[in-house]
Amino acid sequence: MHHVLLDRWSQGESPLHHRDPRAKIPVLALFLVALAITPVRDYLAIGVEAALLLTGILVSGLPFFGILLRAMAVLPFSVTFGLMSWIAGEPERAIALVAKSYLSTLAVLLIVGTTPLPRLLAGMEALGAPRLLVLVAQFLYRYLFVISEQAQHMRLAASCRQGPVDHHRPRFRAAAGALAVLFARSYLRAEGIHRAMMARAFTGRFLALDSLRFDFRDGLFLAGLTVFLGLVLTL
Amino acid sequence: MHIPDNFLSTPVWAALDVISIPAVGFMVKQAGRDIEDTRIPLLGVMGAFVFAAQMINFPVAVGTSSHLVGGALLAYTLGAAPAVLVMTVIIAIQAFVFQDGGVLALGANVFNMAVAGVLAACLPILAAGSGRRRNAAIFTGAVLSVMVSGSLALGELLVSGVAMPRFLILTTIGVFAVNALIEGGITVSVVRLLEKLNSGMVTGRRKEPQRAVAALGSSALVLGAAGFLFASTAPDGIERLGIRLGIAAKTAFHAPLADYTVGYFDSAWLRKATAGIAGLLLIYAVCAAAARWIGREKSA
Amino acid sequence: MTPLIEVRDLHYHYDDGTQALEGVNFTLQAGETVALFGANGSGKTTFVLQLNGILRGEGSVTVCGLPVSKENLAAIRSKIGMVFQDADEQLFMPTVLEDVAFGPLNQGLDPEEAVAKAKVALEQAGLSHAANRAPYHLSAGEKRQVALAGVLAMQPEILVLDEPTTFLDPPAQRHLVDILRDLPQAKLIVTHNTRFAASLASRAVFFQKGKLVADGPVDEIVQRYDWTYSPLAADFRYSAQRRF
Repeated sequence: MHHVLLDRWSQGESPLHHRDPRAKIPVLALFLVALAITPVRDYLAIGVEAALLLTGILVSGLPFFGILLRAMAVLPFSVTFGLMSWIAGEPERAIALVAKSYLSTLAVLLIVGTTPLPRLLAGMEALGAPRLLVLVAQFLYRYLFVISEQAQHMRLAASCRQGPVDHHRPRFRAAAGALAVLFARSYLRAEGIHRAMMARAFTGRFLALDSLRFDFRDGLFLAGLTVFLGLVLTL
Repeated sequence: MHIPDNFLSTPVWAALDVISIPAVGFMVKQAGRDIEDTRIPLLGVMGAFVFAAQMINFPVAVGTSSHLVGGALLAYTLGAAPAVLVMTVIIAIQAFVFQDGGVLALGANVFNMAVAGVLAACLPILAAGSGRRRNAAIFTGAVLSVMVSGSLALGELLVSGVAMPRFLILTTIGVFAVNALIEGGITVSVVRLLEKLNSGMVTGRRKEPQRAVAALGSSALVLGAAGFLFASTAPDGIERLGIRLGIAAKTAFHAPLADYTVGYFDSAWLRKATAGIAGLLLIYAVCAAAARWIGREKSA
Repeated sequence: MTPLIEVRDLHYHYDDGTQALEGVNFTLQAGETVALFGANGSGKTTFVLQLNGILRGEGSVTVCGLPVSKENLAAIRSKIGMVFQDADEQLFMPTVLEDVAFGPLNQGLDPEEAVAKAKVALEQAGLSHAANRAPYHLSAGEKRQVALAGVLAMQPEILVLDEPTTFLDPPAQRHLVDILRDLPQAKLIVTHNTRFAASLASRAVFFQKGKLVADGPVDEIVQRYDWTYSPLAADFRYSAQRRF
């Protein structure tokens, strides 16, 4: 599963992995904005932005072709819309759309692939995201793996008992039943988590461990890339 | 429908990012008032459930299948504000971890699915209360949720100047309609099964239906979304609007500014964007008002 | 000697009215290890959840001299540590270290002290290498150990374990026995695994339909209620006993 792979990638030890998320998130945002506002015909700028990304991938130690391949997930959308733009008489817009959307996806993959999600979330909270949102995201991610596996088991079990392909009504009802059961089990699991929290003297508020350390390398990374992107846009 | 980055034009995605922040912020505060930290694992687990549920395929016709979006189901089981919160988290994780939907486009996707979509799901239930028409209300809510999110997404794309031949627009709306009906069916079946398993899992509903307000809210939302979509597909109307605005601007401003404003409003893209954004602001106003009203209802 | 746990005439019924516990009397002395046997649904887990106030019935429940009431909950939950059956439900933090530090943090320690305590607990469990890993990467046995470490980091006086051998393969079960034998706390073990119980406990209680119907040596209870799954195993065990 995709998130399992990404989770494995994020356990690496490259210089990019070690950067504080409070530097990586703004850099990602700046890069995406720069890419978005790069004029359609400015192929040089797009090329430089692509080169920057590729350098990042090399530094990160992530599987080179693996990540390039994963980013292609956006291509079905962008190529479709690109074709329509081409037909509508705007070929440059089409190329820009495909290139930019691919590079955006690649950039997000690079940052998320080099930052374990809990750290990414901690960075977002430090940068101002509401605490409640971050905590819910943390729990969602924690149980995503467990519950997806459960769902896969249920799919497997259901397919073992599958009736004729054209019997839609019973299959629909079976799928709805599977969903209800999955919901109920998830709900019960949440109750179990609640009991476990209570048993360990939960005070009513999640307390943070504060493990992010921003050092001069992070500052350098952030400042350097801001300047670089600024130059790319103005020149 | 998750919009990737670089599909929306800069004023559109930027405006939606700006709009979504207070909208989500308000709902988060509202949810924070309803729930203590002890409920956070439940919200997280429910979000994980929606993700996993999207893996379960529902047969539509030979060869095609659809899957649950989840906004309506979350609204009926967790309540409006927590549902907005969880949907926002889901959309954000879909964007970052699964690259399904853009990061800059988060504002747009969150607005469409987490804010407008959830509110569209809530309004019919408020109209029906806990009476006999509850199942119909749940169905309608789920259908509206998908239709409103889809129409908004489509409209935003068109307003951004993405070229889409008319037949494709109509086909897309048709696909949304089919998905909406399936969402309705799935949501009703699941809610009914849940009530059989354990009625504690579905939030209790208020006794008297708030028919007038809910009907007003629903129609405003639906008209807003449909109107927005229609406006974005009709460039002539927008151009005329833009020219009229341009003339109004010319007469309103003094000479030193005149040249600047004329050039400004003559740009086709800006005309479309202005009209589109005006439409979105209208929908936003409706959502915000409905949200505030729902929020007041809950704390009452 | 004052008992660590004293339960007198405990009654509890669910929201829908069914009686879950009826007139339960129980004591636990320091250093004792007691096994809780009984059919599924007989009230073992419900009973155990009364001891740290997660469920509240009528009757008297006193833990380490403190009656179970709202004011005493925090203190009681520091004294009685509970490890549940489903390890995934207990390891709810993003990393192992954060999870083990959860209890100490709740006890009021600063982040640094809590992390230090957590690291010590992990080292004792032999899982220091897993400190920064996410819980879902661990095996069932490792998760169980982390859950135990999370409870031990709070330095409780009593340990309660609910079906601790579920999902554990025999070597992992033996490993768990070794770990538990070395722990000084008084222990309550809810289990269906009679051999596991016999390796650790000297005493057992038997629950039947919400009532605590028997309290005595493990072997005696097992024999009286025929609480083994295989006549062969029982024969071997009891014939071996008679021979030596």
